[in-house]
Amino acid sequence: MTPIEKIGPKRLVVGAHYGTFGFIVQRVTAIIMAVYTLVLLAGILTMSGFTYQGWKSLFTFTVLMMPVGQILATLAMISLAWHAWIGIRDIWMDYVKPVGVRLFLMVLTILWLVGSVVYFIHILWRA
Amino acid sequence: MSDSATKPRPQFRNISPIDLMNYRLPVAGKVSILHRVSGALLFLCLPFLIAMFAMSFVSEAGFTSMSAVLGHPVVKLILLVLIWGYLHHFCAGIRYLVLDLHIGMDKESAAKSASMVLGVSLALTAVFGLKLFGVW
Repeated sequence: MTPIEKIGPKRLVVGAHYGTFGFIVQRVTAIIMAVYTLVLLAGILTMSGFTYQGWKSLFTFTVLMMPVGQILATLAMISLAWHAWIGIRDIWMDYVKPVGVRLFLMVLTILWLVGSVVYFIHILWRA
Repeated sequence: MSDSATKPRPQFRNISPIDLMNYRLPVAGKVSILHRVSGALLFLCLPFLIAMFAMSFVSEAGFTSMSAVLGHPVVKLILLVLIWGYLHHFCAGIRYLVLDLHIGMDKESAAKSASMVLGVSLALTAVFGLKLFGVW
């Protein structure tokens, strides 16, 4: 047990900095999504007419036989889910005080997001 | 004697929904709560947006029927709300990234950048809306 005199203005600094990690993840994933949004937008604007082939190739283009389009979309989707997890978790922590309800909502959030990622990857990599 | 000494400023503590009606949120506060609301909205719509993407992506026939679905005015309106949500979340997010770098932290600049976020995201929504409804 921590001695009581160690708590206060000169207390031992403890904790694993989970909050800092979440803070940084939220910002890094935001930048990844913002850049990907601009890349997609540039792709759409430079497309010659909005066709199925053009739309599909935005997400399936390859560079030197590598599926870069699919990899970028997958990375953006994982970023989105991780970013949304932190944001929605913060909403539950701010407004939902009963621990049981909060835990239930957090589990539901994870299922919702992981389900979305799996669904997206399944569709994307079928092509 | 100053005005505040004779008439104390109203205090808002443990705000109830009734107090919220009279509480004038500063513009940065409006951007903040809308950032949260738009994020929650996009989170809730995520699987449905992926389903729309799936339909348009998997086959040419699906792409054509998705275009038909998007032709419906009600679908367009729902999509426009989501476009606003994305744009607001995007613009407000960039403002927060700049604030993280300790740029524009003083009260005046923060209020100004918050108004800009509201204005720019609404203007961009209008541009997408005009495109979506085929006006331009």
